[in-house]
Amino acid sequence: MNERRLRILIAKPGLDGHDRGAKVVARALRDAGYEVIYTGLRQTPEQIAAAAVQEDVDAVGLSILSGAHNALLPEIIRLLKEQGAEDILVFAGGIIPEQDIVTLKTAGIDEIFLPGTSTKSIVEYLQTRFAAA
Amino acid sequence: MAVKDQEPTLLTDAKPAADSVLKKDALETMAEARQRWEGAKAKTEAQVPFWKKDFTTVSGMEVPHLVTPEQTADVDPIETLGIPGEYPYTRGIHPTGYRGKLWTMRQFAGFGTAADTNQRFKYLLSQGQTGLSVAFHLPTLYGYDSDHYMSRGEVGKCGVTVDTLADMETLFDGIPLGEVTTSMTINSTAPILFAMYLAVAEKQGVDVRKQVSGTLQNDILKEYIAQKEYIYPPRPSMRLITDQFSFAAQHVPRWNTISISGYHIREAGSTALQELAFTLRDGMEYVQYGIDAGLDVDEFAPRLSFFFNSHNDFFEEIAKFRAARQIWAKVMRERYGAKNPRSWMLRFHTQTAGCSLTAQQPVNNVVRTTLQALAAVLGGTQSLHTNALDETLALPTESSARTALRTQQIIAHESGVINTVDPLGGSWFIEEMTRRMVDGTFDYFRRIDELGGMVEAIEAGFPQRELMDAAFAYQRAFEEKEKLIVGVNAFQMTDEEPIDILYIGDDLADRQIALVNEVKARRDAGAVERTLDALKKGAAGTDNTMPLILDCVKAYCTVGEISDALRDVFGTYEEPAVF
Repeated sequence: MNERRLRILIAKPGLDGHDRGAKVVARALRDAGYEVIYTGLRQTPEQIAAAAVQEDVDAVGLSILSGAHNALLPEIIRLLKEQGAEDILVFAGGIIPEQDIVTLKTAGIDEIFLPGTSTKSIVEYLQTRFAAA
Repeated sequence: MAVKDQEPTLLTDAKPAADSVLKKDALETMAEARQRWEGAKAKTEAQVPFWKKDFTTVSGMEVPHLVTPEQTADVDPIETLGIPGEYPYTRGIHPTGYRGKLWTMRQFAGFGTAADTNQRFKYLLSQGQTGLSVAFHLPTLYGYDSDHYMSRGEVGKCGVTVDTLADMETLFDGIPLGEVTTSMTINSTAPILFAMYLAVAEKQGVDVRKQVSGTLQNDILKEYIAQKEYIYPPRPSMRLITDQFSFAAQHVPRWNTISISGYHIREAGSTALQELAFTLRDGMEYVQYGIDAGLDVDEFAPRLSFFFNSHNDFFEEIAKFRAARQIWAKVMRERYGAKNPRSWMLRFHTQTAGCSLTAQQPVNNVVRTTLQALAAVLGGTQSLHTNALDETLALPTESSARTALRTQQIIAHESGVINTVDPLGGSWFIEEMTRRMVDGTFDYFRRIDELGGMVEAIEAGFPQRELMDAAFAYQRAFEEKEKLIVGVNAFQMTDEEPIDILYIGDDLADRQIALVNEVKARRDAGAVERTLDALKKGAAGTDNTMPLILDCVKAYCTVGEISDALRDVFGTYEEPAVF
């Protein structure tokens, strides 16, 4: 059986330069068998949405610790929808205050992983989400 | 044998080989005793295995189970350790240690508008902090104005908003720059903020040459490795730095033009040894570039300063700090031929490890920060920032910032550790760990020299890969529970009460943009154009860019405008997206 490996884009929106978490997650997902593309730093929502569509990914993981999440994350969702890519799963992680989580989830961020999360749990989350329909 | 009051007991009777504190036959007796200990250890372990397998440091460095005197008999108390205030400074750079002067309590602060941060600065000073440290928001760090499209959502979130000299004036309103020293965490845009600070000091009527003192972080090499606040490529960035070295040597002689940093390298995931080695090697690169730019090493080296992390493994950190002084002294005197003892002395600021703190049970972070601060003090730091308990959740509230400051004050005034210089010096364990740090560092120096130097090593991705591998190894150890983090993978709680945090809304961006537009409306457009043009011409040639940037700043050019002028000349840097 030739299963297509799931493709994940790991992205760093905005000016936040803290890439340790994004890289650790990217490596863990690669080790777990996913195909991972990392955007690098300082990506605009436009660049991230374009990369997601271009790379034909199944999911996008957004890493953001700068506090700019309310401005940038819903915009990424909007742009994906605009490009007909609303079935790409979008999840996020970083420093996101409790009080913003509901807003972000309502905007379409499927899951938010806060400090202390293990990469194992992110892999399990993806496995659950992508379990054969 | 009579023992004098207050004098330590030393085994000094014999004339030992190589100034060892032990007599030769005492060494042999000791070695035999050690053998007995090894036997007893093996026997105990065979009966009841140790309760865990991993007794390495948080960096994964092997830790000796016991160090006995004969193992460090070759550590020469004079040649290798010296006395405080004397080469090689292992025991400290000042003869009097903290009795002469406590470390500067310098809390990193900045958020919202310049007015907000001005208030926090005044609060912290009123609570007993002894120096200022400025955190700028991301746009300022990256050379963007608050109205730039890359600044969406970022304004005032991670630090204070500074777009023009007007913001800087507000930031230091009511704070006498002739009496307070200020450290600014600023790198690619350091020349701009330095110029703004000097302009504000001038406006206050301060004698810049005699009274202005402070520090710029200004360490671009670690940006490529870890903090990622680069704008221009490496070589023009080094030129901006050497311009600041020579400008300050002439005009602001009490200013520390660079804070060669390991903090960020460590936060990005490196081990303690990598932090030490890469930081010092970055320092050596700056020294070489300064010399190549035609400066006399003794002219600028005394004003180089350092910035280290203080993480959880108490003794690893102390050994790291002591090794840093020893290595730097040796390298400056022997490799770079510095003659002024002040060029050999490594002075450093420390920040407790942000990456060690937890979002779970945040009050526990006060304990972590305390241990880390204590390690820095026992390591002889000149300046210290202690993190607030809510660092993993947000920028500090006034209350958590105060507790962080109190941590330092309690160590300074209640613990007694400040009474003796280098109190752990001579501990066989500490001297062994210090030696391992020194040896490991010189190993890294060799590897980096083989790559052609630090700039070349960075271009080849070497330090970046090293720290990434270390970050990943640490994550694995955490997930396998080989390394425990209290509250996170051990002793967890399911129902925690959320704590109040500092929340910065998106509304202040519009207010700031309005402020900047007012400044733009008032300023002389001709002067703006003239000064930016002059800067571009000077930057394209070999002029010192500092006086030109000062002119721009005084004409109320924005951070973005000045940075764009330099982008036009130098181009920008993009790092390869590898993981």
